[in-house]
Amino acid sequence: MPSEMMYAQAMATAITEEMTRDSNVIFYGQNLGMTDRDPLVRKFGKSRVRITPISETAEMGIAVGAAMTGLRPVVELWMSEFMLVAMGQLLNEAPRLRYMSGGQIKVPLVFKAGYGFAAGWAGQHSNCIYHTMMGIPGLKVALPSTPADAKGLMAASIRDDNPVMYLHHYMTMLGKGPVPDGDYVIPFGVADVKRPGSDVTLVATGWMVTKSLAAAETLAKEGISVEVIDPRTIAPLDVDTIVNSVKKTGRLVLVDQAPRHASVAAIIAGEVAERGFHHLKAPVKMVTALDTSIPYSEPLEKYVLPSEEKIVWAVKSVLGK
Amino acid sequence: MPKKMPKNNKKALGKERLIWMYTQMLRIREFEERVKRTFVEHPGVIRGHTHLADGAEASIVGALATRNENDLAMPSYRCHGYPIVLGTSVKKMMAEIYGRKDGLCQGFGGSMHLADPAHHFPGTSGIIGQAIAHATGAALTAQVKKTGQVIYCFFGDGASKQGAFYESLNMAAVWKLPIVYILENNQYQVYTRVELEDANAAAGDPLSRKAQAFSIPGVTVDGTDPLRVYDAVEKAVKRARAGLGPSLIESKFYRFSAHGNAITVPPVPTQFPEHEAIETYGRKAEYAAARARDPILLFRKKLKSKGVLSEPAAKQIEDSVRAELEQAVQFALASPFPSPEEATKYVYA
Repeated sequence: MPSEMMYAQAMATAITEEMTRDSNVIFYGQNLGMTDRDPLVRKFGKSRVRITPISETAEMGIAVGAAMTGLRPVVELWMSEFMLVAMGQLLNEAPRLRYMSGGQIKVPLVFKAGYGFAAGWAGQHSNCIYHTMMGIPGLKVALPSTPADAKGLMAASIRDDNPVMYLHHYMTMLGKGPVPDGDYVIPFGVADVKRPGSDVTLVATGWMVTKSLAAAETLAKEGISVEVIDPRTIAPLDVDTIVNSVKKTGRLVLVDQAPRHASVAAIIAGEVAERGFHHLKAPVKMVTALDTSIPYSEPLEKYVLPSEEKIVWAVKSVLGK
Repeated sequence: MPKKMPKNNKKALGKERLIWMYTQMLRIREFEERVKRTFVEHPGVIRGHTHLADGAEASIVGALATRNENDLAMPSYRCHGYPIVLGTSVKKMMAEIYGRKDGLCQGFGGSMHLADPAHHFPGTSGIIGQAIAHATGAALTAQVKKTGQVIYCFFGDGASKQGAFYESLNMAAVWKLPIVYILENNQYQVYTRVELEDANAAAGDPLSRKAQAFSIPGVTVDGTDPLRVYDAVEKAVKRARAGLGPSLIESKFYRFSAHGNAITVPPVPTQFPEHEAIETYGRKAEYAAARARDPILLFRKKLKSKGVLSEPAAKQIEDSVRAELEQAVQFALASPFPSPEEATKYVYA
């Protein structure tokens, strides 16, 4: 039976369920479990739920060492840009140690953070930095867009034997939706067709899925059938589902909140150019953020980011309308 | 030759254990000598960058002689010495450094990334300071899972200026993690003399003063004497195992080899240059004085004067260590390379 719940609640449910299931799962971060009244502290104790100083390098590096030696740490990093402070641990330690050891060790951990906070957080707290991470062999990246995916991908991330960057979108946190009860694990590398269609393939992640579905609804009223695909994990990336959809529709629009050259869109465009070029009836169109930092003032911010209107326009343009 | 550390029942280190310690020091030295010689005898066999522990033998062995069977050692990229003491096969180690299939990591890691979790050596990072956080994480595992283990975290004077050092020691102190931080002050950070880059050293203070920033014990020991290192580390280990948290030990000794083999672009061959003291700073007397205080010579002298080690026994140990490492070199040279297509293995677990 599915329950109706918010995205944020779905993530928390998965963490609680996994901590209940496996005593090796620990959860820590800044401003977390600060008092004995904290529900997670009450349930799991202060040994497994910990508060940390503002020390991303140590928070993430300690997770690496703990994972190497038998724990499954989930680190709450709050905002994805905070991980940039500890880029070495994220990109050059966690995903490399297993490989360098010739497969002798594994590093099962989850770096959890929010991203894309398009609500006036300005230049350093609302970016999409996942593009860099999706190109690091050994690191997995999950970008859930719905409450059900938020739960299923968190469970999968915690159970995975590799380092996972789990990024939740701040603008979807309050969104409600049906979430399966009990054990619900979404496999990595399996895209989800959020809306079937026949005229244009539209690929989006995170909050852009919400916007793409709204655009698809608008376009349906004009008789245009859009298929919306959410890869859900960008490393590994399910290219097959996208190429198969392009075979059917012949048209591809890629929506991404990241700047153009640091977007998943650019990567998917490359994959489709190699594997699906002969199916395309029109050039691929990318709807991404402009190549700027994120500005503070609302009209400026809106101008920079993809919107429903921009998506509608892009779909029409690949249809020659 | 005793490979496994003999049990130590008495308060003082028994004869057997002292001989074992001396033997391990010799094995480290001979291993590093054979790595160094490989650059001359078999040019091109070792690729990339290699860092040696000659000069560190007393510090490494003195520290690790205090450990319980399940305690872990987690150093940085200058990592050859520790697994030798922990019981890792020197044949596999040499084969790894030669990039061979029979290597410890099947040729995926090389000199800077040795790992042997089966022998309490979970893995190493080649990036200075970063493994301090990993070792601290291993101590978190020991605390959460109540394993009773203590983690031995080794790093250099250079690493003690990394953010990972300060952040990790702070968290270990707050959480009272079972870890001992052993700062190996070998006087040179890569090519830079320590007083040019360390505030404590510049002020003429010991580097162990950094412990005060975390309100934990900090001591400086003579790292050329394994027994002094043993005493200091044993005290810190007891404290850690009792749940009282971390300590910082500055172990002072002198690195005898240059930071690493010369960085050259193929096909230009590489080998170990002169030590920076001579090559960069022109301090021949400093280097000669350090060599005169070679920890192996000092310890041999001490053991002989105590009547623990006889001349024939010393000769016998030397011969067997030499033979063991000769076999390791031959094993590594004879080992095949990994098949190229194996390169895609081990990306994901």
